[in-house]
Amino acid sequence: MSRLSKRFADLASNGKKALIPYVTAGDPDPTITVSLMHAMVEAGSDIIEIGVPFSDPMADGPVIQQACERALIHNVSLSDVLDMVTTFRETNQETPVVLMGYLNPVEVMGYQIFAQRAAAAGVDGVLTVDLPPEEAEDLIVAFEANKIDPIFLVSPESTVDRFKQITKYSRGFLYYVSLKGVTGVKSIDAEAVGHKLSELRDYTGLPICVGFGINNAQTAATISKIANGVVVGSAVVKRIAENQNDQAKIIEEVKSFLAGLRQAIDAN
Amino acid sequence: MTTNVIDRQANLPNMPDEKGHFGIYGGRFIAETLMAPIEELTKAYEVFKSDPAFIAELDKDLADYVGRPSPVYLASHWSEHLGGANIYLKREDLNHTGAHKVNNTIGQALLAKRMGKTRIIAETGAGQHGVASATVAARLGMECVVYMGEVDVQRQAANVYRMKLLGAKVVPVTSGSKTLKDALNEAMRDWVTNVDNTFYIIGTVAGPHPYPEMVRDFQTVIGREAREQMLAKTGRLPDALVACVGGGSNAIGLFHPFLNDKDVEIYGVEGGGDGLETGRHAAPLCKGKPGVLHGNRTYLMEDENGQIIETHSISAGLDYPGVGPEHAWLKDIGRANYVAVTDTEALDAFHALTKIEGIIPALESSHALAYAAKLAVKMGKGKNILVNLSGRGDKDIHTVAALEGITV
Ligand SMILES: Cc1ncc(COP(=O)(O)O)c(C=O)c1O
Repeated sequence: MSRLSKRFADLASNGKKALIPYVTAGDPDPTITVSLMHAMVEAGSDIIEIGVPFSDPMADGPVIQQACERALIHNVSLSDVLDMVTTFRETNQETPVVLMGYLNPVEVMGYQIFAQRAAAAGVDGVLTVDLPPEEAEDLIVAFEANKIDPIFLVSPESTVDRFKQITKYSRGFLYYVSLKGVTGVKSIDAEAVGHKLSELRDYTGLPICVGFGINNAQTAATISKIANGVVVGSAVVKRIAENQNDQAKIIEEVKSFLAGLRQAIDAN
Repeated sequence: MTTNVIDRQANLPNMPDEKGHFGIYGGRFIAETLMAPIEELTKAYEVFKSDPAFIAELDKDLADYVGRPSPVYLASHWSEHLGGANIYLKREDLNHTGAHKVNNTIGQALLAKRMGKTRIIAETGAGQHGVASATVAARLGMECVVYMGEVDVQRQAANVYRMKLLGAKVVPVTSGSKTLKDALNEAMRDWVTNVDNTFYIIGTVAGPHPYPEMVRDFQTVIGREAREQMLAKTGRLPDALVACVGGGSNAIGLFHPFLNDKDVEIYGVEGGGDGLETGRHAAPLCKGKPGVLHGNRTYLMEDENGQIIETHSISAGLDYPGVGPEHAWLKDIGRANYVAVTDTEALDAFHALTKIEGIIPALESSHALAYAAKLAVKMGKGKNILVNLSGRGDKDIHTVAALEGITV
């Protein structure tokens, strides 16, 4: 069983839901990322999502775009991100790590090499935002050979045809985008999300996590009632941006924010 | 005659395939959030591209509003001055709004109207596509928002004002390198957020499928007309075609109807900036590598980690790190040649055409002219070269004047 599947199975047997924070690797600089990952685990996170910086993050709102820009000042590369995961794994073998990023850096490294190196580093799943399943076959083959779970997005506008195609290739969990638009916008309509999730469950037994627009404890609690987990990205990154010159403060703020979410989710 | 025509056929396959691939290039590399609007657009385009009423309306607008067909002009004075082949110019500079861009914006705006969209968004670099989009939006009574890199807003102030006069809102983009590629990112972000009422008019043959195919189809009017005009004027096809390549829309518009005429040599000219050897240029086909950006696989200017790098060209319309996927394919199969000329060479051609023929060309088009001048000398007398004069240079006089220390 993959680390992701095991984590979701354990959560389910305890009646718990997954808290999945996202940070961009190397934001605001590369020296903080591994400590931040450990801190997020201490604050009660179940899975860590790490963004691979890209110069043209087309699906992201301004908060994550700027995180990419801060990381790219330090030339943080895909290879550097894999090294960070390797370091994280020296002291944490349980918490699943998912990489989220865009295809071009993976194309440059090469699918095979990337899949092998990611597996060796201890990466569990990869979400390549601009790679829909119909273009993903070669990368999926490389992932399968290296026991990496390919994770795909489902959107409110995805049709049943697309549900089928996406669920066929997905492993680990499905990532449901809760609203139209880019990361970090507005607030979300829990009822509409619930409706779509129950539709989706007719096509998959995979856990479904919801992201884009979850920015406070109350929304996290509401959504985690209907989903298997919540992904919180821009709201975490915003706290990094606000304290970018003070590493200790970043860790403190992110930890207390996530601890609050944890509490709200568990109180359900 | 008939066998002769068949002999000359290169018999290239019809591209793209149904998933939008040109060989290994093109495709649809987009987030799931964009998939629904892209599928809606694909379906609508499939329906309307063979709808006689749609085509009739488009043709009427191209004739009465744009002023098509644009003439083909033999630049006899310049050709004589160069002492080589005859250089013919396809006069897209004479179109309404001053460039080929309007051929595409008219087509996409009519499609938007038929799809029931009320809001148009566009990205722009030089501002020509922004102006062409604002123009058609004004005419159709649609709201128009144009995304433009902050750097370009500054260097193309006249076009910014033109768009505002036309009623468009110009949004300066401050992310990334603050140029065309970032404007495109921002327009995509707007589109996913406002899909219900919004149509995104991409200005070149880039983006996810069906854009490279659709924009090409709207621009091939250039090559279809030019092919007939050259046959009528000279009794034969030209020996060579030359067009500048930013994203590649004016080039593919000229080239496409000639692709199966295998005796016609094809040259696409990229922005060579300070020179290919300096690394400061905008020539992904000459110097880049295949990768994925803005929804398609194509040649890109990138660093060793796969980050997209900034381009350099005197011409804002060529300052783009990618290129339409069909050009990537034509390069790989060897049907078209891609070359670059420097800023300085383009400027020389700009002045030459202005002084010798009384035509002020756009700096983008000046790249094609500069290469055509070299080619004319190489090919020699008796040969015919057809150049796409993609736009007029009024928008560039500030840039050129500034280089000479003059403020206008
Ligand atoms: C006059 C002119 N020619 C060429 C271009 C380059 O675009 P493309 O390569 O799509 O024709 C532009 C873009 O702004 C332009 O304004």
